[in-house]
Amino acid sequence: MKLLSCPLNGLRNISEFTYGGEYHPTPDHQTTSSRDWAEHVFFHDNTAGIVIEWWCHTPSSFWFLAERNTLTDEVVRTFTPDELYTKSIIQHETKPETTP
Amino acid sequence: MPFGLLKYGLTKKYPAKHHFTPEKALKKHYDVVIIGGGGHGAAIAYNLAKYHGVTNVAILEKSYLGGGNTARNTAVIRSNYLTESGVNFYSESVKLYNNLSNEFNYNVMMESRGQLTLAHSDAAIRSFRWRAEVNQHLGVRSELVDRQSIAELVPNLNMSEDARYPIMAGLWHADGATARHDAVAWGYAKGACDRGVELHQLTEVEDIIIANGRVNGVKTNRGTIHCGAVVQAVAGASSIVAKKAGIALPIHCYPLQAMVTQPYKPILTPHVSSPQVHVYVHQTSRGEFVIGGGSDPYPLYNTRATLDQRETLSAAALELFPFLTQARLLRQWAGITDMTPDYSPIMGLSPVKNYFLDAGWGTWGFKATPICGVTMAALIATGKVPDLIKPFELERFYRFEQINEAGATAASH
Repeated sequence: MKLLSCPLNGLRNISEFTYGGEYHPTPDHQTTSSRDWAEHVFFHDNTAGIVIEWWCHTPSSFWFLAERNTLTDEVVRTFTPDELYTKSIIQHETKPETTP
Repeated sequence: MPFGLLKYGLTKKYPAKHHFTPEKALKKHYDVVIIGGGGHGAAIAYNLAKYHGVTNVAILEKSYLGGGNTARNTAVIRSNYLTESGVNFYSESVKLYNNLSNEFNYNVMMESRGQLTLAHSDAAIRSFRWRAEVNQHLGVRSELVDRQSIAELVPNLNMSEDARYPIMAGLWHADGATARHDAVAWGYAKGACDRGVELHQLTEVEDIIIANGRVNGVKTNRGTIHCGAVVQAVAGASSIVAKKAGIALPIHCYPLQAMVTQPYKPILTPHVSSPQVHVYVHQTSRGEFVIGGGSDPYPLYNTRATLDQRETLSAAALELFPFLTQARLLRQWAGITDMTPDYSPIMGLSPVKNYFLDAGWGTWGFKATPICGVTMAALIATGKVPDLIKPFELERFYRFEQINEAGATAASH
């Protein structure tokens, strides 16, 4: 059985993990057109080589990222999302809504 | 015995003709360049040459004819899909398959032995009833069958009520069939080459030349070619080739694994699949049991065989056919499937003028080979998108008009 190293739980069987898709920076919710959203949601780089992707350790619901070679199936490293996300992606409204 | 054959066999010098283009230099210009010498590429070339009079065509294949996913699929032909677009498209393909040996004057070993999909839950029965209704409405032979009919169709199936997932009902598809996949590619390529198409093997496309949003050539490992149009038919490498033309595709590549046992006397007539235990089994005309349908759980460009899949496929196959316990496995292999988000192909126009897409064939490419050749050739020759493939255009993803083809794979969903 292939093993994957979870940043939280250490080395575990790959059957304990769920693949979560390629990593792409999240588009700006306020300004992105629906065409660009379609591309973000449906389209993939599908690179043959080293990619960054999301994985989840299913029993503990812990999401993290992995650098993996899609030609050889070798995992270069795994790391927690705080390396790529330094601030919340949810943009809070600065002005509270007022009722007319 | 036909005397022609006897005479042929006794001739000292066999009057054998080359089926395909003998090795020769690439020309400077072709009207159409087809990237990928598999079933689809050869079918497009055949239809261009035979029905549209377009013969200045080159098929560029990086390896050898029909050596990619054409050789790796498990040769299942069926049309019991769920969406109207899907059923209409695949049923046309099954019709063409039925006449393919006559069309080529070349035996593709088409055998209409039917296909049975098993339901092990109420939810599956509900979805099968839905599929049967859609299929019958569109003229495809599909019907919901009960346990007794299943036992008659497949006498050696494990019908025990004590099984982990007892069989409750089935979807019987009398149009289901199989054919020799290599012969399909060879038949199309032979017919194309006889009419002037050039097949160039060991010719890899390294770059695609685009000027002012329009394709006008390809760079290969054997030199640069100019051309009026390019079509890519490279299942398993669609994203890589499209990227050379600056086109992104909604595709993820997953290996799909299958295996065969040693040969036995004929004891299983139809193709049997179970979405619940994730396996399909059929017996080839050579007697081997093909056990298939194991998609790897994450994307990969690697056709290695894994012990994980061998275990899960074997366990599932034994659950349906316990008599296989003593069978020895001869081979296990993988093909790279181009999976789209909606389980439907991507065919037709691309953002680059005169660059055509024949991609996203996931696990449903072989059965679509004949209709794909007809429709793509019509598109390239006339510039008009045939109605049958209009719903499968790349642009559908931008309009959020996916074709959710839940009947796409025999063993999943």
